Amino acid sequence: MVFEKIANLLAEKLECEASEIKMETKFSDLGIDSLDVMEMLMSLEEELDTEIEMGDNKVETVEDLVKMIESKQN
Amino acid sequence: MLKGKTAIVTGGSRGIGAAICKLFAQNGANIALLYAGNTQKAEETKEALLALGVKAEAYQCNVADAEQVVQVCKQIIKDFGSVDILVNNAGITKDKLVPMMKIPDFDSVVDTNLKGAFYMIKQIYPVFMKQKSGKIINVSSVSGLIGNPGQTNYSASKAGLVGLTKSVAKELASRNVCCNAIAPGFVATDMTENLSENNALVDHIPMKRFAQPEDIAKLALFLASDQSDYITGEVIRIDGGLAM
Repeated sequence: MVFEKIANLLAEKLECEASEIKMETKFSDLGIDSLDVMEMLMSLEEELDTEIEMGDNKVETVEDLVKMIESKQN
Repeated sequence: MLKGKTAIVTGGSRGIGAAICKLFAQNGANIALLYAGNTQKAEETKEALLALGVKAEAYQCNVADAEQVVQVCKQIIKDFGSVDILVNNAGITKDKLVPMMKIPDFDSVVDTNLKGAFYMIKQIYPVFMKQKSGKIINVSSVSGLIGNPGQTNYSASKAGLVGLTKSVAKELASRNVCCNAIAPGFVATDMTENLSENNALVDHIPMKRFAQPEDIAKLALFLASDQSDYITGEVIRIDGGLAM
């Protein structure tokens, strides 16, 4: 579910199909910088009504972000 | 120049902060002023702002307390709906030569002057990032650029603000957010009250006078307005030539 939300946010931002976003997709390959990732995180916080600390985790791929959010939810 | 904009000014009840609040309000900005303890001065400044026909509110907040900053910023965003300008002006001095300077004196000056600015920026950063606009103005000092005997704590905090300014400017440049610093020399305020009659000091200033708080406010207005949209990460001395 988290993956779908991220894929939709990215698709909206990049004006592409959500199906083009894969778990292994690197943000840098999409031209998404660290501020964009943070912005997405903030949107997800609102949507999921939860607070997500970015901490020290490196977020390079879509999977990194999904795992980070899922671990905070659990 | 700032019609309809909302500005947060820390240390806004008196001195440079109050002058900035007034000039911004004269230019149409709504003002959220933060003050540490002088409620009477804060209320006076607030009344002066309201008389200019803008929205104004005074909030008591110790910017050195991260939790207080979180709460006050939440309240301001609730009260004003948005924020366009942040002026980190709150500052204190506890001047002593190094052997006499107690460690808590060093810490408290850095906590207010430097960490306080960071706490404020931390809260307002996401707002500016999302709206893809904003102006951050940090009030540094020439003491942070060239040093000053008896002010190791103060000059360290003000030099720290220069580094903070440049890093924030680089982080947010792609989001159309400007972050600049002002470095005043001697300004005629309560902070320098016991220095202003010192002729030897005035002799060191090429322009032979202390700045008035309004001199500093004019520069802050320029940096808060769209006149300076392509300036970021800059430190502007405003010191009558003192540190050139």
